[in-house]
Amino acid sequence: MTPRHLRIITPELERLPTEPYYQPVGDEIAIFQAAAQKRLPVLLKGPTGCGKTRFVEYMAWKLGRPLVTVACHDDLTTADLVGRYLIVGDETVWLDGPLTAAVRAGAICYLDEIVEARKDTTVVIHPLADSRRALAVDKRGELIPAPPEFMLVISYNPGYQSVLKEIKPSTRQRFVALEFDYPAAEIEARIVASEGGVDEATAQRLVKLGQLTRNLKGAGLDEGASTRLLVHAAQLIDAGMAPAAAARAAVARALSDDPDMTQTLDDLVRAVF
Amino acid sequence: MSARKLFAHELEELLDAFLFASPSHRSIERLAAMLEALPRQQQEFVLRVARGAAKTNTELAYLIATLAPEMLGRFSEKDFEAWVIAGLDVFDKQGLRPAIETLRDVEAFLAAREGRLPAKFAEVEPRLSRFVLGLSGRPLALKSGSYPWTDTETIFLPERIARFANAEDNRRVYQGLAVQLWAQTRYGTFDVDLEAALSQWPEREQALAWLAHLEAVRLEACVARDLPGLGALLAELREPWPEALHPALADLQGENADVRVSLDWLSRLMAAGAVPPAPTFIARLEPGIAWRVRSERIARDTETLKKALGALRGAAGKREADGREFTAEVNTATGELEVRIDGQAVQLPEAARTAVQSLLQDLGQVPPEALSPAGEAPWTPDDRPKEGAREMVNSREPDHRYDEWDYHRNAYRRGWCHVYVSDVKPGDGAFVRETRQRYAHFIAQLKRRFEAVRGEDRMLGRQVEGEEIDLDALIEAVNDRKSGAEPSTRLFSRRVRNERSLAALFMIDMSGSTKGWVNDAEREALVMLCEALEKLGDAYAIYGFSGWTRTRCDIYRIKDFADRYDESVRARIDGIEAKDYTRMGVAIRHLTRLLAAQPARHKLLVTLSDGRPDDFGDEYRGTYGIEDTRRALQEAREQGIRSYCITIDRQGADYLKHMMGPAAYTVLDDVKKLPLKVADIYRKLTA
Repeated sequence: MTPRHLRIITPELERLPTEPYYQPVGDEIAIFQAAAQKRLPVLLKGPTGCGKTRFVEYMAWKLGRPLVTVACHDDLTTADLVGRYLIVGDETVWLDGPLTAAVRAGAICYLDEIVEARKDTTVVIHPLADSRRALAVDKRGELIPAPPEFMLVISYNPGYQSVLKEIKPSTRQRFVALEFDYPAAEIEARIVASEGGVDEATAQRLVKLGQLTRNLKGAGLDEGASTRLLVHAAQLIDAGMAPAAAARAAVARALSDDPDMTQTLDDLVRAVF
Repeated sequence: MSARKLFAHELEELLDAFLFASPSHRSIERLAAMLEALPRQQQEFVLRVARGAAKTNTELAYLIATLAPEMLGRFSEKDFEAWVIAGLDVFDKQGLRPAIETLRDVEAFLAAREGRLPAKFAEVEPRLSRFVLGLSGRPLALKSGSYPWTDTETIFLPERIARFANAEDNRRVYQGLAVQLWAQTRYGTFDVDLEAALSQWPEREQALAWLAHLEAVRLEACVARDLPGLGALLAELREPWPEALHPALADLQGENADVRVSLDWLSRLMAAGAVPPAPTFIARLEPGIAWRVRSERIARDTETLKKALGALRGAAGKREADGREFTAEVNTATGELEVRIDGQAVQLPEAARTAVQSLLQDLGQVPPEALSPAGEAPWTPDDRPKEGAREMVNSREPDHRYDEWDYHRNAYRRGWCHVYVSDVKPGDGAFVRETRQRYAHFIAQLKRRFEAVRGEDRMLGRQVEGEEIDLDALIEAVNDRKSGAEPSTRLFSRRVRNERSLAALFMIDMSGSTKGWVNDAEREALVMLCEALEKLGDAYAIYGFSGWTRTRCDIYRIKDFADRYDESVRARIDGIEAKDYTRMGVAIRHLTRLLAAQPARHKLLVTLSDGRPDDFGDEYRGTYGIEDTRRALQEAREQGIRSYCITIDRQGADYLKHMMGPAAYTVLDDVKKLPLKVADIYRKLTA
């Protein structure tokens, strides 16, 4: 009995039941669809909280494919992605990891913040991201060819300053790249209103605040307020908090621990509300 | 005493008796004419007080008499005498100049008299600078001046404000003034040549005062629409709008009102002969200077953009360029200029994108002439080679020679910079000792934080021996044995120290401008850094750089990679002192060479500086130096070295992004933060 004959447990993958809310900002949907049609892997670049993950969810729904999302971190091993043996009673079984499950099911596998993962882990995706389109499961001596529906999507934040966390050129050059940024004010206000449950006027003020904080990038702030933070502030307002207090908690305090910078962010909150 | 007023010629005679020794004596006629307007009793009072003051100093007496008519409008006679005594006291203690300043600063005297606490520019400036940066599209510098105004690139604010009893309220006045002036630049006060518009009235000052009021109404409405909180602040700080302005309010506060609406109402007010009220909280307008600064900027931005477009169009060679379809238009939704060549979108250089934003803010559009590409010049943000500086002649051969990038030629100047390497002359170590004591608590904290970075040990699986069983390996072995295969004996996992494999080189600006505070902060920062880095075990080196023209670029060893952090290194940190200039490119090239030789996997070059690259003479200043530095950083990058710049140059926003690239620099708003921040920034960079 070789490892190949052992029972395989593969997680059941589900499709998104309802359409996730997503506001297109450019031709990203068309590019993603074209990449999916041509079986090309996609790289999403952009600051944190600007809608990358939501975009992937929306595309998975639109293409009618299951979605597997893996939030990468520095303890992520190849086994965590590909799978491992388990003993159940006196039987040894193989449990597929999320990447393997996605390949088998023809799903979209989304590796979020790929630079957080260790370099020796990320090489496992290379054969999936070029013309081979196959996943090597070394432990089982198995090479799983990816069905046409399988799609690999990775994301990273180029504004991240660590020298140790850069995407290797050999990885980067296998992907079609889509650049994301905070949406234009009008679109962002629509997103904040819709996701945060506030009226248009409040959403516009929050977006204004977001823009002011983004002017401070590099002058004491690593990054300005993301759309996600603005949505959080909107949700707090929707829950009955005063707008200025909500903006202070969800935006000013979330962005910096430096007392001077916090003071400036508070000034900006007061400027808007 | 007769009730009749004294006439000018009589006053002149009386003043002459005690002011004849004053240097300002020649203007005594004018002074007499001013005092003629006062009632007799006040004339006598002024003469008495001035005569008393003249016994101390005739110049002060003259000043007191000159300011008297205005003062008596504001003070009681008792306060007036107190004001004079305060001025004479300062003269006794500090001499004439400070005494004159004290007497002129009536606001400060009143504030002190009423127990009001002023806010000072120096105190509010860091916070206000950050705030204005947050508001603004274009970087605006903050400087102190005698009154609040802006030339569209700098906001000038008074040294001290004491309008209210407590400092907090006075700080809000500063904020309000800064917002008013920011609004002048943001909402198009200087979109038309106001100086020309004002020239039609002989009473220019009056017209200007009205215009300042009209614009204050319009701008407050603009601010309130975009930033309601600030609109409320402006409304709260000002007096109610003067009666004469009421008919104009609706027009000025309209959604689409621009500066022309203000000029329109100005004509009506001037025609009606209305006298403008005294401004209470209205920033001044300086239309002449602002128009000149703005015009120069527009010309500069237009030229920058033309050149960039010319370079883009010519990028594929001149022969093809003629046949290609070239379009450049502003996308109104994003405010970005979209350039297409044969339908393909091309990216503009950073400097040109900034120029587009600046033009949009000044003109509301990109002028057509800016969109016609310039000749076939290679892309350079500004032009005209500068006169070469007088070169230093050195008696000994340089230790190294390095190329320098000349963006005018689009080529290197070979062997252009002469590098001399030496050690920093050691200090006595007292500064380092004090720093270690003073920051002992903080250093302990830092060490703990750095230990946490290092302490993330890794589990290594499938080992022949180790402290734990590797479950994955064991299951496989059981499985192999069942299936008759040879099971592996690598069944253990053990903890290993996380190998960071990182070398960092800190490049310390030792230019003349770092003298004093900055130099102290740099040395303190290095002490903290070394203490923390010792915990981390990364390989690190520290070098200083300075120079005086291309023929004497000095590199100073403070700590090399091979040096231990010991007494001699500490003495060298102690000895870091401000020297000459900052020719940055060559320093980067030399230090890159040292860093590239390190066997680490990750290499990081961190620069501590207080301003842009600059050298003696004006050749290296400005674009040339920035372009050379940028090139040197690119060369470093090609050798696998990441660069990061920590600077306290708050006007750095305009060149740092271009020079360093986004996400590769930090601007600290206060030099005092340097010691506390550097180690933390390093920790983040290498997390």
